[in-house]
Amino acid sequence: MEWDWDFVRQILPTLIEGVKITILATLLGSVLAAVVGLGIALARRSPNRALSRTVGFVAEFIRGTPLLVQLYFIFYVLPDFGVLLPPLVAGVIGLGLHYGTYTAEVYRAGIDNVPRGQWEAAKACNLNATQTWTHIIIPQAIPPMIPALANYFIAMFKETPLLSAITVLELMNQAKSVANTYYRYIEPITLVGAFFLAISLFSVVLLRWLEHRYGRIER
Amino acid sequence: MSAPIIKIDGISKSFGTFKVLDGLSMQVMPGEKLALIGPSGSGKTTILRILMTLERIDSGHIQVDGEHLYHMERNGRLLTADERHLAKMRQKIGMVFQLFNLFPHKCVIDNVTLAPMLTKGVPRAAAEKRAMELLDMVGMVDKAKAMPAQLSGGQKQRVAIARALALSPKIMLFDEVTSALDPELVDEVLNVMRKLAAETDMTMLLVTHEMGFAHDFADRVLFFDRGRIVEEGKPDEIFRHPKQERTQGFLKKIIAAGHRV
Repeated sequence: MEWDWDFVRQILPTLIEGVKITILATLLGSVLAAVVGLGIALARRSPNRALSRTVGFVAEFIRGTPLLVQLYFIFYVLPDFGVLLPPLVAGVIGLGLHYGTYTAEVYRAGIDNVPRGQWEAAKACNLNATQTWTHIIIPQAIPPMIPALANYFIAMFKETPLLSAITVLELMNQAKSVANTYYRYIEPITLVGAFFLAISLFSVVLLRWLEHRYGRIER
Repeated sequence: MSAPIIKIDGISKSFGTFKVLDGLSMQVMPGEKLALIGPSGSGKTTILRILMTLERIDSGHIQVDGEHLYHMERNGRLLTADERHLAKMRQKIGMVFQLFNLFPHKCVIDNVTLAPMLTKGVPRAAAEKRAMELLDMVGMVDKAKAMPAQLSGGQKQRVAIARALALSPKIMLFDEVTSALDPELVDEVLNVMRKLAAETDMTMLLVTHEMGFAHDFADRVLFFDRGRIVEEGKPDEIFRHPKQERTQGFLKKIIAAGHRV
C-alpha cells in the first residue's frame, strides 16, 4: 500500500470539517467542565450535608464509569425518558459532566490553597459569603489552577474521537466515513493522528505559557 | 460615667479538650486603650478573635455597644444570633492581623475601598477619597497603586490598618500586629498606632509582646494566664510593680528574651 497524495488532497476538506467539530466540542466541553466543576466544588463545601453528600456521590459515580458508557446513556438511553438531544449537544454534555468531576478536584485544591487568613480578613471586612467567594477566594484560587485545568482540557481534546460512537461528525468519524467509502485507511487515519498531534503540541506550548503567566500568585 | 462599650460576662471557649477561656469576664470603656499580655496559649488572642466573630463562644454573654454580640433579642427572649445580626455587629469592630492578610490580588487602594463599597454601598469616588485620607494617615499614599507583594511587612501592616479603619469601626482589635515584622520595621507600625490613638477616640484592644509600647500606649493592661485574667491595672502598676507571682515570672522571662520594657 502506498501513500497517495492525490487522495489526501481529495479528503482534506472533509477532514477539516471534522477538525472544526472536534475543536468546537472541546471548547464547549471545556466551558461546561469548568462551570460544572466549580458547581461541584462549591456544593461539596456547602454546610448543607444532604447537598454536599449527594453531589459528592454523583461526582464519584460519574468519575468511576467510562465516558463512552455515559455518552451512550445520554444519546441512546435518555430518549427513552423523552430527552432527545442532537449528537453534538449530547457529546458536549457528556464531556462537560465527565471532565467536570475532574476539574472539581482542581478547584477544591485551588480553594484549599487560599490561606485561612483571607477568609478571616474577608469576615473582618464584613463581606458576606457571596462577596467573599466572588471578590476574595475565587479570584485567588483560579490563577494557580489554570495550568491544571488546561491539562484536563487537552486530555478531553484527545478523547473527542469517542463522540464518533454517538454519530457526532467530528474528525475521527469523518475519517472513518471516507475510509469506509474508498477502502483506504492509511491516509485518513494517519491524518487524524497528525491533526491531533499538531493541535496537542500547540496546546502544550500554550499550556507552558499559561503556567508561566498564572502558575504562581505573589503574596 | 458612661456605660462600657464591651461587656464580657463569663465566657468559656475550648478547642477540643483544651480550655482556652475559662469563665472570663471583663469590661472595656469607650475610648479606652487596652493591652492584653501574657504567655502564648493564655487566651488573649482568642478574645480578639471571638470579638471579631472568627471563633464562637461555648458559653457566656458578650455585649458590644449596648447590644448582644452572639445573641439577639426577639420578643423579650434571647436567641442565638443569625448571620444578619452578626453582620450588623461586625460593623462596629475592625481587626488588624499578625500576618496582615491583605488581599494579594488587589492593589493597595482597592484593598481599602473594597469593604466600604461592597458592604455599605459607598460610591467608588467617595470610597477612594476616604481611602486616600486613610492612606495619608498611615503614610502610604505614594503606594496607593502598588500591589501588596511589592510592599515591605511594615508597609503591608500600615495598609491593613487603613483597610480596617475604612469601615469606621468603634472598636479596633490589633492582634500581635508587629510580631511578624523585622525589628527595624516595628516602629513605623507602632507610630501609626500612636497617631491613631492620639487623633481618634476609638476603643482599641491590643494583644502584644511589645511591652515598651504597651506601657506607653495603654490606659490599662490585662495579664492573662490559662484563660483567666491574673492581674490588671495601670501600665506602671503592672510593669513596675506586678503583685502576682505569675505576672512577675512572665515579665522576667520577656525581659530575658530581649524585649523592651
